[in-house]
Parts: sequence; structure tokens; C-alpha cells
Amino acid sequence: MLWYLVKRWGGETKALVLYSPRRGRLPQCSRHTPVEARTFRNSMNDRTFGFATRAIHAGTPPDPVTGARAAPIYQSSAFVFGSTEEAAELFALRGYGHIYSRISNPTVASFEERMASLEGGLGAVAFSSGLAAQLAVVLALARNGDHILCSQNVYGGTITQFSITLERMGIAVTFVPLDDPKRLRAALRPETKLLFVETIGNPSGSIAELSELAAFAHENGFPLVVDNTFASPYCCRPIEFGADIVVASATKFICGHGTTVGGIVVDAGRFDYGSARFPLLSEPSRGYHGKIFTETFGEYAFLMRLRAEILRDVGAQLGAHDAWLLLQGLETLPLRMERHLANARTVAQHLEGHTDVLWVRHPGLPSHPDHARAARYLPRGAGSVFTFGIRGGRDAGRRFIDALELWSHLANVGDAKSLVIHPASTTHSQLSDEEMLAAGVAPEAIRLSVGLEDSDDLIWDIDRALARAHSDKAVIR
Amino acid sequence: MILTRPWEYRDLLARSKSIAMVGASSDPLRPSYTVFSFVRTGALFSVAPINPKLDEIDGVRAYPSLAEYARAFGAPDIVDVFRNPAAVLPVVDESIAVGAKAIWFQYGVINDEAIARADAAGLDVVVDRCIKVEIARFHGGLATAGLNSGVITSRRSGAR
Repeated sequence: MLWYLVKRWGGETKALVLYSPRRGRLPQCSRHTPVEARTFRNSMNDRTFGFATRAIHAGTPPDPVTGARAAPIYQSSAFVFGSTEEAAELFALRGYGHIYSRISNPTVASFEERMASLEGGLGAVAFSSGLAAQLAVVLALARNGDHILCSQNVYGGTITQFSITLERMGIAVTFVPLDDPKRLRAALRPETKLLFVETIGNPSGSIAELSELAAFAHENGFPLVVDNTFASPYCCRPIEFGADIVVASATKFICGHGTTVGGIVVDAGRFDYGSARFPLLSEPSRGYHGKIFTETFGEYAFLMRLRAEILRDVGAQLGAHDAWLLLQGLETLPLRMERHLANARTVAQHLEGHTDVLWVRHPGLPSHPDHARAARYLPRGAGSVFTFGIRGGRDAGRRFIDALELWSHLANVGDAKSLVIHPASTTHSQLSDEEMLAAGVAPEAIRLSVGLEDSDDLIWDIDRALARAHSDKAVIR
Repeated sequence: MILTRPWEYRDLLARSKSIAMVGASSDPLRPSYTVFSFVRTGALFSVAPINPKLDEIDGVRAYPSLAEYARAFGAPDIVDVFRNPAAVLPVVDESIAVGAKAIWFQYGVINDEAIARADAAGLDVVVDRCIKVEIARFHGGLATAGLNSGVITSRRSGAR
């Protein structure tokens, strides 16, 4: 007679007869834990919690083992299996649990769940950077011979990744103007797998018409992927407007303090990948002995494939400590965004009235071509990153940057500190004025990321630097 | 009653002990095997396959019908259905006949007549949901995979 010991949650141990090989008797039923010992607690009720509450709580109930209230940093490469049976269940994607931190980690999972909650998605997978996150989305849906559509108003790093690295891998990309339906339609191919856009285009501040683009993508059988980095879920939640997948550089407003590079993919779980257009999801997976992801995981198919195949194989995971820093950032996201938005509004309005400023391109200003769209998609405000044109072109721009005291000259956005960059003297310095204009960046353009300081101090520094940029005297620092 | 909210699934699972899995397969590639194996190894519920083509799965005896199952155990708390939607009306009738308390239609098992009939007979009905996912939602399973469990609490749970 074989006895099986079942340890109950309360610590008491019970023995159950399960299997008796001598009698050749199969158990009549699989074992179960007595009902009173289970852990269904009052952990969910009929309340829809608000954004600020979820920014603090989602993904981090108290640690069940220690009771730690702050998210613990699980700085461990691997996790011990409870038994060989449990290990087999995990490797076959039947059980839930952690194996190895390249695939999942408890601290990273807290960050993922919180992001999924804030964006209104089904789940999320974190990556080592925003570029890794968006590349993973493409790799999960497309392969050699496939094609993707991308807005032409996107971050330069995205254009480089898609047009050079993806092309080299045999995935073709067409960059399209989002406001030209004819050209969008003309770019369609039978092998098109996705449409990629930014909520707020970098650096133009163009606002994507998300509802229409989602309808266009769905009509043609593929998902809409939205980079929500500049908006953050506080200002816009693309899934509410029909987007299927949201990606972001978590380095920016999500982190909020310029400490950590990270990326996130949130999936709405609404797109049906069961069609022949997505064989990577709807046909037997070679990596999992023929498992069909859409059949086994239903609405979770994309997320499961993104983690179990792409993250596993690419190895671009977020570290536990980095995830913890991003969780700390998220707790104050609503508070920080309010201040970012207010400061950006104040600085943009000030610049618009300044004689040394040719133009200000902030979607929150009535002068921006997409102002009406910003009011619809970003009612709380269109972020705190925008550009303005300095009178005097490239040289004046260089002198302006060199004269700033408080604003940090660097290539990042979304920090508590105010940041500035002059493309003509940095990222685009090898290009002539004509070449820059062809690339859609004016030589006089200066990009600001307005931080959380006193707006008076930010304006004081700008006024001072604008004056120095236009004085004949050499700048003395 | 047709249940549509995660906390309704939670309450259903909390008052249930036994699950009869209609159409459970022994093929590791089938979704029904994935769910069966998850429930069996999780040990929170007693589970048995209902499948006339099988003798057992992983050492758990399979029953050819719900009636046979009920003769051994009495009425199951939940009948979990992995069948072609066109073939589920007899499953509903049998569930009603043996006195099952709830019927759970897995992903894609959607048959309006079957849903209405089970509802009218007073069974709790769950449609187009996965029982594995809903068990995992409240036991930390979803949370380990970065999935949005919807759980917001500052109370310490007994186990994850």
C-alpha cells in the first residue's frame, strides 16, 4: 500500500490512500486539498480601482512568504523545483512558476502585471529596453519574407532598427504617412503582419488617429502596435482606442528618474491570431513539440509565445533590480505626470511668445496641426516632450545649448530633470541643412523634455540662454 | 446563472471540490490535457476525466459517462467541457440529470442553446473561459507570468 502525504497550508499533515499497486487499483479520483484549507481569500471584489491605486498596488500584494509590503527584489538567477513532476509541468508550459530569470522572475512579474493593469491589457512581458521590446513583438509575429507597416513619424532608433536590422533578416518594412489612407492602402501586402505607430510621434509631436488606424489594421487582418512611450498610460491608453499591442520604453516616464533602461510589451488579448496569416501562432510550434499556441492558450497565445519562445531565445530580459526601480517609478506616475504636463504647458506657452523663437510644436497648443486630435486621445495633456525652433538656425542652437545651466544636455526624455537636445549639433550633426530638412528635422529645432523643477527656474534658464545665443559676445560659463 | 466576472468564478471555485472533465485527452499536445494535468497536480480539486475512449490519464481513472462518474462519486461540483460546440447539448442534459452544480465551457465551446438550457436548469454556467486560468488568477499563477490578475489587495494570502 502506497501512502501519499499531503501537507496542508495550515501546517497539519494528512495522509490519503491514493494508489495500491498490489491490488492493481487505480485511484478513483485525483487528490485534492480539503476546501477549508484553500486560499481563496477576499482578494477581489466588485470594485474597479482607479489609476493611481493601481499604479501603487497592481502586481504587488504583500509577499506571501515574508509579508514584505514593498516589492522584494528577487535577485536569483534560478528557482528550485518542488518536485520532478512540477518541473515537467513548468517546462511543458502547463504549470505556473519560475524556472530561470531569463524567462521570468517574481520582481519582474510584479512590474509586468502593474504595467498590464495600467494600460488595461491582459498581460505584459518586460524587456531590457524599449527597442528590445518592439523587436520582440515583430519577431513574435513575422519571419523571413514577411512585411510590416510603420508610421514615418517615429523615433530614429526605430527607423534604423526596422529599415536596417529587420531588412537584413528578410523582414521588409514600408514607412507610411499615417494621414494618407491611399498610401497606407497602397503599401498593403498579403504578408503584412502589423502596423506600428507612436501615440505621440518623436520628435514631431504628431498624434496618431488610433481608432481609425485600428479599424484599418483589423479590416486587413493584422494587429495595431502602438508605442506609447511619450504619452505614458496616464495620458493615453491605446488599448481603449482599439490598439492590440502597446510597447514602450520604460526608461522614460515609467521610470521617471533617469535611472534605468527597460522596455515593456502589453497585449490586449483581443486580436485573433488563429488565421493562416499568423502561422507562428496558429501552427504547431517546433520549439514546444508541436503545441499550437492559439489552441492551447486562447487569448493568451501572443503573450505566451512572446515569453516562452522570443524572450527565452533572445535573452533580452529585464533584471530584477531594474524592475524594482521601475516599480518605484510607477508608484508616483500620476503625480509626476500632472507636474510634467503643467510645467510643459507653462514652458511651451512662454516660448510661443518669445521673440527669439520661430515656432513651438507642442500638440497641446492650438498652433499644432494635431491639436484637436490631442484633445481626443490625450485629454489630460500631450506629454512633456516637444520641439521649438530657435531664431538663427544651427549656430544659434549650438550657442543656446552651451549657455544652459539647469537643463541637462543629453539623449533621453521623461526624467524628473529637465532635458534638452539639439539634433543638428548631435544626432544629426553629419547632415547638411538640406539633408536634415529631408529627414524631417529642422536645423533650428531644439527638443525639450520638461521635468519636475519649478517652472520659473526652467524659464529663467531658457531666457538667459536664448539671450546669450543671440548676443555677439562669446558665451562665458 | 451565467457567471461573467472573475470574482464569480472565484466564488464558484471556492465552493467546489470535484471537477468532471468531459473530453479530457491523454495527448500532451491537447489543451484539455494541459488543463487536466494542471488541475491534477495542483491538488486543489479532485478531478476525473470523462472519456469513453480512455481507461485513465496519468493514473487517474477515466469514466465513460457522467452517469458512471456520478455512480462512483455522486454529482460533480463542476462539469468542465472540452467538446465540439455542436456536441455539447447531450453533455448539458447529462449534467442536469446527475445533478451537477455548475457547467464550465472552455475556450471556444460556445453553444447558445446549451448555455440557455443549463442556465434554465439552475446550473451556474461559465462560457468561453479556461478553468486553469481562473484557478491561477487567485493562486498567484497568473502573477508569475506577468498576466493581469486584477487582484488588488493589501491582505497577506496563505500561499501563492
